[in-house]
Amino acid sequence: MARKISYKQAINEALDLEMRRDPTVIVLGEDIVGGAGAPGELDAWGGVLGVTKGLHAKHGNRLMDTPLSESAYIGAAIGAAACGMRPVAELMFLDFMGVCFDQILNQAAKFKYMFGGKAKTPVVIRAMVGAGFRAAAQHSQMLTPLFTHVPGLKVVCPSNAYDAKGLLIQSIRDDDPVIFCEHKALYGSEADVPEESYAIPFGEANIVREGKDVTIVSYGLTVHRALDAAEKLAKTGVQAEVIDLRTLSPIDWDTVIESVENTGRLVVVDEANPRCSIAGDVAAHVAQNAFGALKAAPQMVTAPHTPVPFSPVLEDLYIPSADAIAAAVTKTTARALAA
Amino acid sequence: MNERIKPIVMPKWGLSMSEGKVTGWLKPAGTRVGVGDEIVEVETDKIAGVVEANEAGTLRRVIGAPDTIYPVKALIGVIADDDVPEADIDAYVAEYATHAAEEGEEAEAGPRYEFVETPAGRLRYAKRGDGEPNVILIHGFGGDLDNWLFNIDALAEAGTVYALDLPGHGQSDKQVKEASLAGLSGAVTGFMDALGIASAHLVGHSMGGAVAAQTALDHPDRVNSLTLIGSAGLGAEINSGYTDGFVAATSRRDLKPVLEQLFHDPATVTRQLVDDLLKYKRLDGVDEALRALSGALFPGGRQSAVLAEALKAAKVPVLVVWGESDQVIPAAHAGALGARAKAEVIGEAGHMVQMEKANRVNELALAHIRG
Repeated sequence: MARKISYKQAINEALDLEMRRDPTVIVLGEDIVGGAGAPGELDAWGGVLGVTKGLHAKHGNRLMDTPLSESAYIGAAIGAAACGMRPVAELMFLDFMGVCFDQILNQAAKFKYMFGGKAKTPVVIRAMVGAGFRAAAQHSQMLTPLFTHVPGLKVVCPSNAYDAKGLLIQSIRDDDPVIFCEHKALYGSEADVPEESYAIPFGEANIVREGKDVTIVSYGLTVHRALDAAEKLAKTGVQAEVIDLRTLSPIDWDTVIESVENTGRLVVVDEANPRCSIAGDVAAHVAQNAFGALKAAPQMVTAPHTPVPFSPVLEDLYIPSADAIAAAVTKTTARALAA
Repeated sequence: MNERIKPIVMPKWGLSMSEGKVTGWLKPAGTRVGVGDEIVEVETDKIAGVVEANEAGTLRRVIGAPDTIYPVKALIGVIADDDVPEADIDAYVAEYATHAAEEGEEAEAGPRYEFVETPAGRLRYAKRGDGEPNVILIHGFGGDLDNWLFNIDALAEAGTVYALDLPGHGQSDKQVKEASLAGLSGAVTGFMDALGIASAHLVGHSMGGAVAAQTALDHPDRVNSLTLIGSAGLGAEINSGYTDGFVAATSRRDLKPVLEQLFHDPATVTRQLVDDLLKYKRLDGVDEALRALSGALFPGGRQSAVLAEALKAAKVPVLVVWGESDQVIPAAHAGALGARAKAEVIGEAGHMVQMEKANRVNELALAHIRG
């Protein structure tokens, strides 16, 4: 039965249901149980933002607080996955991934390939991404392109509570390493979410709004900015189609190409920095494979090529806004819409 | 208030509908309309449909503006005879707005879905109306009780109407303990036992028709009449492209063309309808349930159970209704029971005839139930 719950609760519920279903699912990370573990406080925190709150009471020692050493516990999670467990490691902020790149890029991502398909590494690394949280340059990045670049990793970035639950369940059941990116500004956003378990297949983009004039492609928080832009554009007579990629690796090229073949115009919105971004990737793929359908040059709306500013005023300007997206759409429609 | 003035309001199609969008008027203001004439197209986040006239008269006011969203029960048009003065109609429209606002809270307290434990698992159902007789609506393969959203309120004029989700469907338990016609029929009698329903008129659509027929054959004392709509169980043919396609589809791209086969007008299949079915199909256990049922009921692209001869020999009153352009089960099956049943094939309707031609289907079913 569906009821409204938040993105954060949806993630908690996915972990709970999968731990109930499969005894090999374990969860580890910094402060995910409750810190020092004094009696009575054992379950107090449930992670820095309380995402895993309550799970220790239900599943006991299958959740483990780790030392403040990402390289150690991410390595441990990958090793456990290689030995038959299905660990979900919480890395807090994706920005901290740097200290465990060898384990992720050079080990987990390559086991299946180097061992001729005989090894599987069903590990999920959950981490917060994105700006807008006043958390400054080292806790606010959208580093999705870094991981999408690496063959052997799957990269997921849900935009709403329904998708967060179904995609996390799929991530846990998947036999490959998955980088699961949770936008911290979406934790409070609510959607209708079934109580039951369900898995959303990877590589299946969601058309969140239909339109015939322009295709706006995005993922994560900026899907909502794109929808706001589409609403504004509708008042000017421009019908925008909005596609939520949901997973960046694998990526659903078919849905993007089919949409652009209908609309003839493409705007890609990405909260990542612009160089070698998801936006650049999608724009290039469409230009190469649907050039004949394009009526205007594809437009990219991204963060600027700078670190995330600490100044709240600048940080708000940093994230692609609905106005910037609408302006990009207008660039693609500048030449007669009817053409 | 002038009783010769009749409102056209934003309909409520299903429990979750709170508002709808007027997409276009099929009749301009000033047109003479008869009962059942299609007047205005409405789209909800779930489905696109048509509002039909409940009264004859002249369409005096077209209030609902195209592409505008109105709450359920909002006045979107007015029907009255030509001799009703303009001033009376203006007064009626002005009065109506206040009237609707007062009734708003009451609508919120309306019935919700309910659940009941049965030997076949926990089943969800909706209940409308009260008193005798009992009517039970049984949806088809892959469907749920919302397939009856244009029918459940209308049929409640006859008595108490229950619409259930069969095991493996809607929000009922996803495990189908016995994937067969007998198993599903057992779920229906188990449902009746759990709610203390001694006997009922069964209305079945598609696979649900075969379930209803099986129940009538096994328990003639518990089934007062059968209304079989685009029903399975009356012949061997079935479009396996539909059933297999429905089971196999995991993406919107694959599912939409399959669903379009359900309707005479493929535009009925909205984005939300596809999304809702995808959400259902993703739930744990649904894939197994659908595969088990289609394997048992439609093996090799044929219906495994043809009950026509047994029904001819049975005493239960039978009404058969079909959509003329049904692409799932051929409309020719409407004649399978010969003179034994009342049969009507409705034009400009497909497999989901109870949605596409709801007024006519409701009229036929009500007359049949009332005997």
